[in-house]
Amino acid sequence: MTDQRPDPDQLLAEVKAAEKSATRGRLKIFFGASPGVGKTYAMLEAARAAKREGKDILIGVVETHGRAETSALTQGLDVLPRKRVEYKGNFLEEFDLEAALARKPSIMLLDELAHTNAPNCKHDKRWQDVLDLLEAGITVWSTLNVQHVESLNDVVAQITGVVVRETVPDTVLERADEVELVDLPPDDLLKRLDEGKVYVPTQAKRALQSFFRKGNLLALRELALRRTAERVNQAVDTYRREEGIKSPWPTQQRLLVAVGPSPFSTRLIRATRRMAANLKAPWIALNVEVPGRLDENARGRIEENLSYAEGLGAECTTIVGDHIADDILAFARARSVTTIVMGKPRYRRWRELFTGSMLDELIRKSGDIDVQVISGDEPEGEPAPALKTPPSLARWTEYIGAAVIVALCTLAGAALERFVAPSDLAMVYLLGVVFVSARYGFAPSVLGSVLSVACFNFFFIPPRFTFAVESANYVITFGVMFVVGLIVSALTSRVRRQAVAARGRETRTAALYALSRELSAERGEPELAELAVRRMQDVVAGDMAIFAPGKDGALQRLAGKAELSAADLAVVQLAFERGQPAGAGTDNLPSSRVLALPLRGATGNIGVASFIAGDGAVAVDRRELLNAFASQTAMALERAQLAEKAQRSQVDAETERLRNALLSSVSHDLRTPLAAITGATSTLLGPKTDDETSRELVRSIHDEARRMNRLVNNLLDMTRLESGQLRLRKEPVLIEEVVGSALEALKDQLESRQVKIDIPPDVPPVRVDLVLMEQVIVNLVENAVKYAPLSTIEISARNTPEGVLVEVADNGPGLPPGQEERVFDKFYRASNAPGVRGAGLGLTICRGILQAHGERIWARNRDGGGASFQFVLEAAPLPPENMGDRGKP
Amino acid sequence: MTAKVTATSGPLVLLIEDEPQVRRFLRATLSVNNYRLVEADTAQQGLMHATGHNPDIVLLDLGLPDMDGLEVLKRLREWSSVPVIVISARGQEQDKINALDHGADDYLTKPFQAGELLARLRVALRHAQSHTKEPDSPIFAVEGLKVDLAKRQVFVRGEEIHLSPLEYKLLTFLIRHAGRVATQQQILREVWGPTQADQTHYLRVYVGHLRRKIEADSARPQVLITEPGVGYRLRESGSGE
Repeated sequence: MTDQRPDPDQLLAEVKAAEKSATRGRLKIFFGASPGVGKTYAMLEAARAAKREGKDILIGVVETHGRAETSALTQGLDVLPRKRVEYKGNFLEEFDLEAALARKPSIMLLDELAHTNAPNCKHDKRWQDVLDLLEAGITVWSTLNVQHVESLNDVVAQITGVVVRETVPDTVLERADEVELVDLPPDDLLKRLDEGKVYVPTQAKRALQSFFRKGNLLALRELALRRTAERVNQAVDTYRREEGIKSPWPTQQRLLVAVGPSPFSTRLIRATRRMAANLKAPWIALNVEVPGRLDENARGRIEENLSYAEGLGAECTTIVGDHIADDILAFARARSVTTIVMGKPRYRRWRELFTGSMLDELIRKSGDIDVQVISGDEPEGEPAPALKTPPSLARWTEYIGAAVIVALCTLAGAALERFVAPSDLAMVYLLGVVFVSARYGFAPSVLGSVLSVACFNFFFIPPRFTFAVESANYVITFGVMFVVGLIVSALTSRVRRQAVAARGRETRTAALYALSRELSAERGEPELAELAVRRMQDVVAGDMAIFAPGKDGALQRLAGKAELSAADLAVVQLAFERGQPAGAGTDNLPSSRVLALPLRGATGNIGVASFIAGDGAVAVDRRELLNAFASQTAMALERAQLAEKAQRSQVDAETERLRNALLSSVSHDLRTPLAAITGATSTLLGPKTDDETSRELVRSIHDEARRMNRLVNNLLDMTRLESGQLRLRKEPVLIEEVVGSALEALKDQLESRQVKIDIPPDVPPVRVDLVLMEQVIVNLVENAVKYAPLSTIEISARNTPEGVLVEVADNGPGLPPGQEERVFDKFYRASNAPGVRGAGLGLTICRGILQAHGERIWARNRDGGGASFQFVLEAAPLPPENMGDRGKP
Repeated sequence: MTAKVTATSGPLVLLIEDEPQVRRFLRATLSVNNYRLVEADTAQQGLMHATGHNPDIVLLDLGLPDMDGLEVLKRLREWSSVPVIVISARGQEQDKINALDHGADDYLTKPFQAGELLARLRVALRHAQSHTKEPDSPIFAVEGLKVDLAKRQVFVRGEEIHLSPLEYKLLTFLIRHAGRVATQQQILREVWGPTQADQTHYLRVYVGHLRRKIEADSARPQVLITEPGVGYRLRESGSGE
């Protein structure tokens, strides 16, 4: 790639970074070459100066180590009380992150960025606390020594012989908005050391004495200066870019490091990371998996190495291939890699004679890609990675299987011997070897080849039953047979390994495809989440759960049964808040056992998927798969959320419409009878009216009061139905009893109206709530009375296979055509019956009651004219006719 | 509120009701029909008047401000067998059943009509008297139904009909309660025995059978009336409104 112009994406990223850092706190690091150079002192002096300018300074942690001149500087600065953390019976004093976030100073002083927190703190490392503070908009000043920078870690170890365990990722140092180098020439430092001005813990005195040698200090100083210079260089670049200064743009570089199972790979990774940082180039950690060649142990180490690289900012990829050199180069070309970083091989020379050096081949074929070869000593104390696990039981059975197959070939040979030449019998054995390699793999087939040659010789080549050979011809036969056997074995088992690997990959791809297809078919968030969890668990062993924020914004579990402790939930919460992966194998709370992946939708974070691996760690290649799953799930969940939102607003609109309808209906229907009553009573209270008029007025008061009663009852029924408080008391009831009590209730309204009832004796009892079902009949009959004056009302019931069909019909004007369904809507009043009054709730209540019974009601116009309402009720079994019917009358 | 006994003759009614409008309406209705009335607007006061005035009948509202009407009923029943008619708002079927099972004699649903109230009062008073006196004549007659309790004969519109033993037992129980409501529990306990008290579907089916035999139109019963959600009432001759 020879892109000479600024990459728009990069510019955009910088704009975003600028925007973000406006709200985010600024990180300033006082950087030094070794302890004792005066970082804390410099930080405190700067703080005092800022305080004089009126800045709100708070000391989170400052280690004065009892030095008078340092502690004098803390005078007049606010100090945050430390938190006491209990650990194994001891109380440790730690930085109180929560209190700091609550206090929210504008500048926070936090000494020793590389500090490791006591267990039970929110984060393992102080630099993670610092990230939280920055996120909260608090500016942080901290101190750091060069030996704590992760990528310089082993360089320092090489120089000083002291391995530093507390490290800070390079990304943190790079994120720092300002790095101030606190420099002190080694001679001055040694002088301070002699004067006792450098704090040295007593138990480490001896170790540190070797550390504070002049040579060491010079080297460390150089490292610190160089590191700072690199940063200055970057700052200059950024400045140039921002100011649009035209200058030759460096060629866009891209590095690739080949990662294997060896512990030495971590050194390769660190070296590559340093080079990439210097070049400001992206880098890729690549593992080429040769099918079947690695045992579980080695695979685990590769995954560790890859996740280490990922932690340092690499893009991690695993490809499958047989031919490492070609595969690496093909990948590198596809990704426009400019430099490949390899380790020096540690094989013995003789192996290269057979296998050829992969490195040589790579360099030969690399063309325009640079290849950097980094030296790799055998790391002390580390055992050379075992290439083979000790044969397990399963392996032994494979070898026995190989032997059995050779034995079978021998038997077959004995049977064929009379018909074919001995050299042809060799073919039988070859066939056996092919079979063994296809079935059991390479190693058993090697055994098969050896056994085949031995058996062939022993049983079929004269002199028989000895290993002696008569003719030199047979030596060639043996040789060829052996070599052909080996080659066939190698080829067959390679094919077999590739098939196995392809199957594994195939399974994952299929799972991903299946998930996306199924997710697209599913509605509803809980169902989607449940589905995603199920599918994910099919592919990766472990416990999974999906969380999404509830109405109050707090995360709630949507699906998955994984048992999560409070600490695990904190990881989930962190992933949600940061929008970054958290937990096992990530930068955030890496020591946690749970991995939490944020579900990122187009509109932001919509939830978190958490994962606890069955075997403890979450492998990097599985993380890729999990990431893919997470993004699929996020998209589906977001779609469901949007759909729900749309539906909710529609429901809201509908509710609003109904509320208005209710208000107008109630105000009209209550006022009309009230007006009649008020009018009538005022007449009665006024000058004397004759008896007949008085009776007429009183009757109208009576009628209007009853109308109001009905309306209020209907409204109450509606409220009960809609609030869902309705509890059905279903019991077997005879439909004629329901009809009977309904007609009794309507006695006054029906007056002289004709009601025909047709309920044959074979109609079984129905299982209903009697009170509610009576209400249905009452409302239907009342409806007929209102809308079909003078008509005959017919109530009938029939025994049908579905249950008891009940019909209430009239022979009046019928329903407005096409409105058969709408008549059940709330506040609907038929347009062709202008004189009729009522709230339009009766039929809605009927429908509500039948729905509560799990039934439905429908309306239609009768052929001969008139409306008909029908519904089916569940039939109840008849009790035995003579139940309890004993004794004499 | 001071106890003010109106009128001088006729049965004494204790009205325990907190709503003044309802009290006003009842005061007018009852005094016109020659009842004496003592009013109470709280449960405490009601219980006090019940001991102080020894009323012939009590009208009890279930929704009182200081105590649940059901509780009033329980306390009253600890020492008195005075007939109690419960007045309640609609939609409280379970309350009505509870009241009846706890010793109320009848109930009325608001809003009710004056005629209905007066009929219930008459029935309750008569039953209270029959408790102390000899049982009524052995002949029970209403609408087209005539039952000769002595001879165990049932006639519908002049023709004798046959009832199964259980149907007869059911009918005689209802006749003993004639004019008043009997809850399903009461009927089941009395007719089927205490172990069958939850088998309401037997009751419904037997009531259906009985209706087909004694009613002219079993879908429009005139004698054996369903009180929805509560129980049954056998109409009494002369108790109509």
